[in-house]
Amino acid sequence: MTLPGPATVMIESDQPVVELIDVERVFDTTPPVHALREINLSIAEGEYVSVSGPSGSGKSTLLNILGLLDRPTSGTYLLDGIDTSDLNDRRRASVRGQRVGFVFQAFHLLNTRSVLDNVIIGQIYNRIPRSERKPRAVAALERVGLGHRVDFRPDRLSGGERQRVAIARAIAHSPSLLLCDEPTGNLDSGTTESIMALFEDLHRVDGLTLVVITHDEAVSARAPRTVNIIDGYLTEQ
Amino acid sequence: MKQAVTSRFSMIDLVNESVAGLFSRPGRAVLTILGTALGVGTLVATLGIAKTAGNQIVTRFDALAQTEVLIEPISQPGSRLQSVIPWDAGVRLARLNGVTAAATLSQVPVDGLISAVPFNDPLRQTEFSFNVYAASADLIESVRGTIATGRFFDEGHSERADPVAVIGPAVANRLNMTRVDQQPAIKIGERIFSVIGIIGEVAREPSLLSAVVIPDGTARELYDLGAPAEVHIDTVIGANQLIARQAPIALAPNNPELLEARTARDPREVRQVVQEDVNALFLVLGGITLLVGAIGIANVVLVSVIERIGEIGLRRALGAGRRHIARQFLFESLLMGLIGGVIGASAGVLAIVGASAYNQWTPVMDAWVPLAAPLVGAAVGLVAGVYPSLRAASLEPVDALRAGV
Ligand SMILES: Nc1ncnc2c1ncn2[C@@H]1O[C@H](COP(=O)(O)OP(=O)(O)OP(=O)(O)O)[C@@H](O)[C@H]1O
Ligand SMILES: [Mg+2]
Repeated sequence: MTLPGPATVMIESDQPVVELIDVERVFDTTPPVHALREINLSIAEGEYVSVSGPSGSGKSTLLNILGLLDRPTSGTYLLDGIDTSDLNDRRRASVRGQRVGFVFQAFHLLNTRSVLDNVIIGQIYNRIPRSERKPRAVAALERVGLGHRVDFRPDRLSGGERQRVAIARAIAHSPSLLLCDEPTGNLDSGTTESIMALFEDLHRVDGLTLVVITHDEAVSARAPRTVNIIDGYLTEQ
Repeated sequence: MKQAVTSRFSMIDLVNESVAGLFSRPGRAVLTILGTALGVGTLVATLGIAKTAGNQIVTRFDALAQTEVLIEPISQPGSRLQSVIPWDAGVRLARLNGVTAAATLSQVPVDGLISAVPFNDPLRQTEFSFNVYAASADLIESVRGTIATGRFFDEGHSERADPVAVIGPAVANRLNMTRVDQQPAIKIGERIFSVIGIIGEVAREPSLLSAVVIPDGTARELYDLGAPAEVHIDTVIGANQLIARQAPIALAPNNPELLEARTARDPREVRQVVQEDVNALFLVLGGITLLVGAIGIANVVLVSVIERIGEIGLRRALGAGRRHIARQFLFESLLMGLIGGVIGASAGVLAIVGASAYNQWTPVMDAWVPLAAPLVGAAVGLVAGVYPSLRAASLEPVDALRAGV
């Protein structure tokens, strides 16, 4: 089964998924916080990039800009070749919904809804036809190894299982870019290991483009490409 | 082609998500809905009960009150008043367009009791005290009454001052009189009268049922009656107000202001007044309840927005635009109002039926009231949801994601 989605539409092109050119982010507080400086970053399709750096260095700020949750103060950001600085709020929301998948440290699951509903919600704003949503959700849940938990409520799952539900939600609509902000920050080391193995699998087998923020040196070392942020400056390792 | 189409949030998804959101905290939703239900219920019950009561008054008044006029001298001390109403009042008024019958009626001061002649049973009480009235020929028509047996006296009896009488059924019963074809005699004090008829029933002046009625002329001759005390007029339907204005002039062209014409108030006016009284009070009450309900909804939706900041951030991350967030909370609010409206309408209708059953009224209500009530509830929910929804929509996704789980 070939599922229509942005990732398959882009197959012909060899342009990078992410292209950041001289991106700055200054928070307008007193005193102003210069969270990102002179960021130039290109991520090709299918790449797995780990972002590390000390607390407060600007990792989450970078991820929010990549996910169109935040705007650069200056500079250019091309996502799938689309110049996002031209987009109004509405268009940013739709590009975000269709091309980006998010995995958060705190899972962000709706505890009053079933696991299946939680994954389906990832598709309702994306113009994915109603009839496709459930098969996609079930496929994604099976992909993360939770095919047997579709009718559960998230608050009855373990931390690792919850994060798997969140990952299923983030990949069910076939995004161009999967962004994970400390996805294992709330998990013990054994569970962290299995989640990282899942990410590697999604990268190697499914060819997903991944950006994963982590504090964990061991985790960061496993990624094929690692970038470091210190005081808002980005360096390749 | 690379330019993405905008996100959408279909109607079905909107309903799904709103209902799910609402029922994620069912207890709170029920309490919130109750406020609107109470307000809408009060409004529905008020409108219905006012209408029902108004209708009740109209049916009670319609038949009789719209056709009745009573003329009396204005009561103030002074003997001159006694002669204001002429003896031929009945005949004069009968000429007016719209009058179906008119008759004078006056109490006659008699001394002595009333008895049948001859009294047949010496062991039982044979003498009774009844009112004696003098009247003109059309009295029975004027009070919408009937004659059970015999006849009423005519102008000839009055002109000749014949000693004849018509008695009420209560009098006939006491005197043991059922037939008048033999013209049985009664004694009023020392005077003998022939009974020529027995009254059946009267729609007005129920005192006639237990009275003896004699012709005006007879009363003038035998008891020195000075002038009629009052005139009863029966009119065609709806003419009572007009006749009430014309009758004093017809009876006393030189000083009509000395006569007072009494009519029941226009029933439409009465209904209006009743409805307005009931409405004003309870509509205000219902409105206040509804306002409180609206504030309740607004408050609960606002609390829900704050509690669900994380969910809002998540939905924004999943591609929801500001308008989609606003729409969801607005719809949740509207839904609570709508459900409250439906419950309130049902409760209101039950209240009307209950009140009607208790008062033995026929429940009446405008069909649009129970149909519009849910819409009123929905509108209340919609208005109440505006502010919280805008608050939800104005949240920045990054802040929302950071603030909530
Ligand atoms: N909305 C904001 N307003 C002002 N300053 C902010 C805002 N968001 C972030 N910052 C500041 O920007 C800097 C970078 O923050 P960011 O959250 O990106 O750090 P981080 O690398 O993700 O840290 P951590 O590893 O602790 O999550 C910090 O100094 C932070 O205080
Ligand atoms: Mg961070």
